[in-house]
Amino acid sequence: MNPYSQAFAWLSDAGNWAGPGGIGWRILEHLDYTGLTLALAVAIALPAGLAVGHTGRGREIVVPFTGALRALPTLGLVTVLALLVSSDLLAPLIALVILALPPIIAGAYAGVQAVDRDTVDAAKAIGFTGWQVLWRVEFPLALPLVLGGIRSACLQVIATWTVAAFLPLGGLGRFLIDGLAIRDYAQMLGGSLVVIALALAADGVFVIAQRLATPRGVRAARIPDAPTTTHQPSRKEIPWPEPSA
Amino acid sequence: MIEFRQVSKRFPDGTLAVSGLDLVIPARQTTVFVGSSGSGKTTILRMINRMVDPSSGSILIDGNDIGGLEPVALRRSIGYVMQNSGLLPHRTVLDNIATVPLLRGAKRGTAREHARELMAVVGLDPNLAQRYPAQLSGGQQQRVGVARGLAADPNILLMDEPFGAVDPIVRAELQVELQRIQRELGKTIVFVTHDIDEAFLLGDQVALLRHGGILAQLGAPRELLDNPADEFVSGFIDAGRPRSILR
Repeated sequence: MNPYSQAFAWLSDAGNWAGPGGIGWRILEHLDYTGLTLALAVAIALPAGLAVGHTGRGREIVVPFTGALRALPTLGLVTVLALLVSSDLLAPLIALVILALPPIIAGAYAGVQAVDRDTVDAAKAIGFTGWQVLWRVEFPLALPLVLGGIRSACLQVIATWTVAAFLPLGGLGRFLIDGLAIRDYAQMLGGSLVVIALALAADGVFVIAQRLATPRGVRAARIPDAPTTTHQPSRKEIPWPEPSA
Repeated sequence: MIEFRQVSKRFPDGTLAVSGLDLVIPARQTTVFVGSSGSGKTTILRMINRMVDPSSGSILIDGNDIGGLEPVALRRSIGYVMQNSGLLPHRTVLDNIATVPLLRGAKRGTAREHARELMAVVGLDPNLAQRYPAQLSGGQQQRVGVARGLAADPNILLMDEPFGAVDPIVRAELQVELQRIQRELGKTIVFVTHDIDEAFLLGDQVALLRHGGILAQLGAPRELLDNPADEFVSGFIDAGRPRSILR
């Protein structure tokens, strides 16, 4: 049997899906971690990105700062934090929130910046307050790009939470780490296929959300993808523990 | 009545946009500011609703210095129409027109009903009410812009080159419509344009500006035509002449 048919055999074994530690359970854990990470990252990055886009101030700080955040090696960060922080969940959580910040800030900032300056000026001139300009004009028009940034962050977070399994945590990374430990390559490959499927499904949800979030009056225009400054994680960047010699 | 008293504006980059402007804009008439780019005409207009604050001097509306008024409340009490309509792309025609009354706390139903009436006033087909700005022609967008400017029933209507971006035929239509609306409503209209023909057509009073926001001449169109104050004025008027003759 080739590795793929082994992986599919592993995936189609009902016994592997059931109970705590089963695939279903691990998917829920993975989504749980991902949701928590994104919620925290959005809570920090969205106000920051909107504020920079709205005021135009702080751009020269935020842009290089988000660039620098992107350059941090996630696995290294998790390891350092795991040594510093006693809680098992907290270390990868902090590392992944940091990983998720740049695309969300970039999306929010780019979204607000992309709103036609004439529209904003006119809104002010007819008597919108600063907050009303932000929430009733800039935010609704920026929303597709805002979601694009979160979408990009979500993919990175789903992919990277697998790394957390080298700590005693759940999530889909378990199948990779445990499979590696006992050289069960069917389990490893099956586990990675589930991660890929989950990432694609989440991406699909965001595509739909972006479409729904595009105001009808501007829907004729192309639905923007994540800002071009936001990179998609390539396979090389998804951390993969080296097999021990 | 709007009064400018020794108003100057210097922007942070050092440009002197308006210098020592002394001028009265009478109520219920149309005053047109005309000049080339760099003549400060838009800056003058935007000082009336405090989108720009003067560096020195004061502006009075009906005797009250607007420097002491809250800008947001002031802007909601003054109609504003701009060149590229400035409509909210995510709101329908009806909701765009109803924007200012809603900001001022009007009930949605009442505001929309009033917006429908205004569509008739500016000559818009009622079937366009649920359209979005992107689905309208340039001329229709400007009509929506005028309706929005009128929606809160302001005494003052500021118009910043409102017909500058539409083709000449539509522009002529809109100019006629504006004259009709003005006859019916009698607003204090402050109109900015670089087109001397448009200024003479629409203005009860025309303020011709030279570079740096210096008033070259103020008066009724007839006065400017018959008694130009200097060569600059006659030159500016003559530059528009050939087109007037051909028309």
